[in-house]
Amino acid sequence: MRLLAHNMLACNAKGVVNGFPLKIVVKETRETETEFNAEFLVHMLPKMEWAAFVNAAREIGAGELPGEIPDDAATNEEFLQAFHHALLEVHVEEGTLVCPESGRKFPINKGIPNMLLNEDEV
Amino acid sequence: MSRPELTAPADVFYSHTEARKYTQSSRVIEIQERLTERAVELLNFPDDGSCRLILDVGCGSGLSGDRLTELGHQWIGIDLSEAMLEHAREREVEGDVTRNDMGHGVPFRPGVFDGCVSISAVQWLCNADNSAHIPQRRLKTFFTQLYKCLKRGAKAVLQIYPDGPRQAEMITTAALRVGFSGGLVVDYPNSTRAKKYFLVLAAGPPESLPRAKGEDDDEDDYERRGMRMDGRKSDKGAKYRKSNNHKGKAWVMKKKEQYRNRGVHVANDSKFTGRKRKDRL
Repeated sequence: MRLLAHNMLACNAKGVVNGFPLKIVVKETRETETEFNAEFLVHMLPKMEWAAFVNAAREIGAGELPGEIPDDAATNEEFLQAFHHALLEVHVEEGTLVCPESGRKFPINKGIPNMLLNEDEV
Repeated sequence: MSRPELTAPADVFYSHTEARKYTQSSRVIEIQERLTERAVELLNFPDDGSCRLILDVGCGSGLSGDRLTELGHQWIGIDLSEAMLEHAREREVEGDVTRNDMGHGVPFRPGVFDGCVSISAVQWLCNADNSAHIPQRRLKTFFTQLYKCLKRGAKAVLQIYPDGPRQAEMITTAALRVGFSGGLVVDYPNSTRAKKYFLVLAAGPPESLPRAKGEDDDEDDYERRGMRMDGRKSDKGAKYRKSNNHKGKAWVMKKKEQYRNRGVHVANDSKFTGRKRKDRL
């Protein structure tokens, strides 16, 4: 699971109003290389929950990012590279996602978060 | 045609043996790729070549995702089958996959996806695999949460294999009931084998509405087509005056003049001269 997915995932169990952001408990991470696409990154910026993203990046050791999106984000090559690395190149392989509201734990095995709920949680 | 939905629940049916077919059988791969390509075509993104974030419901081993990657999009997939997801991981797909039952909804924040594709998955919702499963409720939960996580105006193209017209209608109705607009597109409707159902849905109003006429240029287009732009009141006599089975006011006036000249008493001329009388019973 990359931070791209983490920034979109939210706990949707019954009764949970705000299941975002899920806290990451990391056991193992992996890094890969992906093609840099500035256009996509700029497209994603308004969609990101930035504070949650910066925290998550710190938790999984994907580098430090500025606390706020810089004004010149679209042209700031250095910022975009850091954003790209944290968003698409660091995978959480083993760990747990924890719902901020209910404390429900979702295990991540072999890079696949298991968001499956029990029937009584729907 | 065999229906896997009737044999076992999705997480049981898509075992490692079944999942292997999806990575080794060139026929299965080809079909999946073609369906994905058609689904993306139906998503009808503006042709600006930009990269979008797409949700793949029932991503399985990521065959559809591969095609999305080739087309230059980023994707996040959900699937119920652990075996299929493990195959996706072994194949090192570009997108992120998560394990989730779509009948429980989709676990994402509101308004994040630019589009959604689903290849041969949604008909699984119509089956009750245990006593807690109520198909209508599962369909409703799925569509409600799908609507929520799509950007306003974003489209979802769901390719389905309904087992009959009633099932197709059940799925479509469930989608329209939660606020989606759209309907079924049936490719090759006259062929039994090539026939493919695509449920094309839009969350809210479409992104770009077609430009309205008469916004900056004037009304001459309507006038050319003979449409009146002034007032709604219709001229009821127009049709009668235009038709050829009466002789018209000019003819009546000419006749009256002739009789007057002969000294015969004729009614005075008025605005009613030559008009048709009201229809009476």
